Amino acid sequence: MNLLRQGYVTGPALGALWLVVLSVTVSVAMSFATGEAFRPSIVLSLAWGAVAGAGVVAFGRTRVVQLAVLAVMIAVIAVGIGPMETGADTGALAGLIGAAVLGAAFATSLAPILKDVVSGSLGRHEFEAAIIRFLTGFGYIFFTAIVLIPFYVMVMTSLKNQSELIQNPLDFSIDFSKGAELFRSYDELFSDFNFGTYLFNSFVISVTTVFITLAFAIPGAYAVARLRFRGQAAFSRSILLIYMVPMIVLALPIYIAFSMTGLRNSFIGIVMIYPVTTIPVALYMLQGYFRGLPSEVEEAGLMDGLSRLAVIWKITLPLSLPALASVSLYVFMIAWNEFLLAFMLLDDPSRFTLTRGIAALNSSEIPRQHLMAGSVVATVPIMALFLGLERFMTKGLTAGSVKG
Amino acid sequence: MADATPPSGTGPLGKREARLAWGLLLPTIAAVALVVVLPLLAIFWISVKPVALADLRAPEPVLREDLRGGPEVVGDEAQIRYRLRNSSQDRPISAVSFSDVVPEGLVVQSVDARCVLEGRDLSCDLGDWEPGHRETLSIPVVVEQAYFDNDVAPQDSAASITGQSSNVLTNSDFTLDNFARVFSGDEFFEVVWVTLFYTVFGTIGALVVGLFAALLLNKSFRGQGILRGLYLFPYVAPVIAVAFAWLILFDPFSGSVNALLVQMGVSPQAINFFGERPLALIMVTVFEIWRYFPLSFLFILARMQSIDSDMFEAADMDGASPFQQFWYLSVPQLLGILSVLFLLRFIWTFNKFDDIFLLTGGNAGTRTLTVNVYEQAFAVSNIGAGAAVAVVIFGCLLTFSIFFLKYISQEEGL
Repeated sequence: MNLLRQGYVTGPALGALWLVVLSVTVSVAMSFATGEAFRPSIVLSLAWGAVAGAGVVAFGRTRVVQLAVLAVMIAVIAVGIGPMETGADTGALAGLIGAAVLGAAFATSLAPILKDVVSGSLGRHEFEAAIIRFLTGFGYIFFTAIVLIPFYVMVMTSLKNQSELIQNPLDFSIDFSKGAELFRSYDELFSDFNFGTYLFNSFVISVTTVFITLAFAIPGAYAVARLRFRGQAAFSRSILLIYMVPMIVLALPIYIAFSMTGLRNSFIGIVMIYPVTTIPVALYMLQGYFRGLPSEVEEAGLMDGLSRLAVIWKITLPLSLPALASVSLYVFMIAWNEFLLAFMLLDDPSRFTLTRGIAALNSSEIPRQHLMAGSVVATVPIMALFLGLERFMTKGLTAGSVKG
Repeated sequence: MADATPPSGTGPLGKREARLAWGLLLPTIAAVALVVVLPLLAIFWISVKPVALADLRAPEPVLREDLRGGPEVVGDEAQIRYRLRNSSQDRPISAVSFSDVVPEGLVVQSVDARCVLEGRDLSCDLGDWEPGHRETLSIPVVVEQAYFDNDVAPQDSAASITGQSSNVLTNSDFTLDNFARVFSGDEFFEVVWVTLFYTVFGTIGALVVGLFAALLLNKSFRGQGILRGLYLFPYVAPVIAVAFAWLILFDPFSGSVNALLVQMGVSPQAINFFGERPLALIMVTVFEIWRYFPLSFLFILARMQSIDSDMFEAADMDGASPFQQFWYLSVPQLLGILSVLFLLRFIWTFNKFDDIFLLTGGNAGTRTLTVNVYEQAFAVSNIGAGAAVAVVIFGCLLTFSIFFLKYISQEEGL
């Protein structure tokens, strides 16, 4: 441990690891951006990173050292013994851009990571702080990559055509000269696959679910939060138990019952089921919020002659608008994303929701860019809604417990 | 003066409050009872019934009616033909009877022994039908002018046919075959093992990754809000969209990840990520971690931001290093939320169906208990066996819940 805490060991070690992280990141990013061959060389990355780390520790974190690191990186990559290799047929420009990006990223980020790492032995504080800075940098890259890559692939695949996809699965560059032709799969989805109807169905079902859920959950949550009655504690616990019941267990008898009563393939059937899956969550989130409201305001209303129901309507609800917004958003999200029940209960293409419609696109006859275009159509509205109201959402999710 | 005693028991006001409370809760209770409790009871019932997917449609008598002989002028002879059959090939129908109205202008010459004609109303009592029973009933008629005037063919007035068939869901046949089927063989133990692997590693993975993400974002800097929103994407997006995106990303023939791995020299040939044991199980677990780390991240971050920063300053003054601060200060503060999250996520991961169903369909050694319900009920078409698996799941869940309730009562915040 003491050996590791020498500046001459810590600096090169962190430099080497950091260059590996960056060269893998830049290679992957460049491959995805251009479709051409970029390959990180782990051994050379370790070597050059260690050299750079030693250099920074030895000569201090000055502008000159940073520029030197940048120049060396670009030079060794160009020569072909650098931390990142390019294929034989990779364009010169792409190769140069890759080298420049990697060199610049490494040169600018290495110095801050090795802040306080001096030659000689390091205190525990400085050593751990340097490691934490390295881990932080790695964390940002890692999380951004794992979150963005699937969505990037989803959007880019939807803009391609089958032969392009098979030819080079890595090439996600977009040919803007095609103009409106780029969006052909979207156009076909809406004209040939009825996605307009599915979008409308999903929207109507989700909004109806939100209203029904609120109509049931608000009185229930108020009663659990404010009114005293025997069994109150037991009740608020059993709400939690309900969302422990797996949907597939309920889906089977519901499927049987709906098959026998002819409620399959009907909006009424779906709208009967969806709210029940969301009411417990909504009730739990709302009662948490209601408990947090000052009861004095309501008591003042009662003293002034309002009935309980009038108190709920005129005092409690206006005060809890933010909570209602986040609960609505959350319920909307559950209903919009619901897949299992829609899949089991809907067979008639004119009644499909978006998720069911996408499931129907998953066949070998339909090209995959349609599948991805459908996924984008389902994802974009909920993302837009969520990003716009993110504040409500985060608060609502953490205020009460949440179903996953 | 009489002693003033405080009132005991529930007063009239209290009673009124309780009545109002139950009134407000009634709609919820009714809805939940209808859609949750009733199906749960039904699951137990179905699990001891020999019922297959085809049995959901009760056998019914089917009747088709037409006029044979092509009468063209008054006085022609023709036959009203009734073609009858049992829609089921394996179950009988008892007490079949039908009634019909013979159109005006067709004079019935004779009727079958089982039928009675009153005026123009024909009714027949056909007795019991064997499975797959078929017969044709012809009634000879003579055509009159009125038939051509009215232009009403026999099939225009629909005949009504009734019969009684025993429904396997409501009769008194019981069997334990479903459970025997579910528990028999090595298959069940594989399913349990897969479920445990998926649940335990999915839960712990999502917690650890979420904790790491929360540590990253537990400081304020520009763009923190954007990153927080971004890191929630996997959880907010529809599962079907992200599952298909993963499938395309990891496709063995034209997936980008395989192309990348081959190009970088990590793997000599493409890897079938979702089609090989045991890789498929690891991949669905990784997907589960990817999709649900945002949830734990959100809860852990909320808890972290409520920790008092004074404590860390004091520890800093005393010379505690960053890792020591994390281990001795943050972790104990986070243990409560971590344990609650662990229990919740454990149960929800155990219940998860969609993810695996969409990614592998339960193939390549990824069949968990919940996927097994679907497999048995719909792929093998044995609803009873599916219900039996569901009962097993419910039993496991009941155990978890007891454990959970014991814990949740001690933990605040959730």
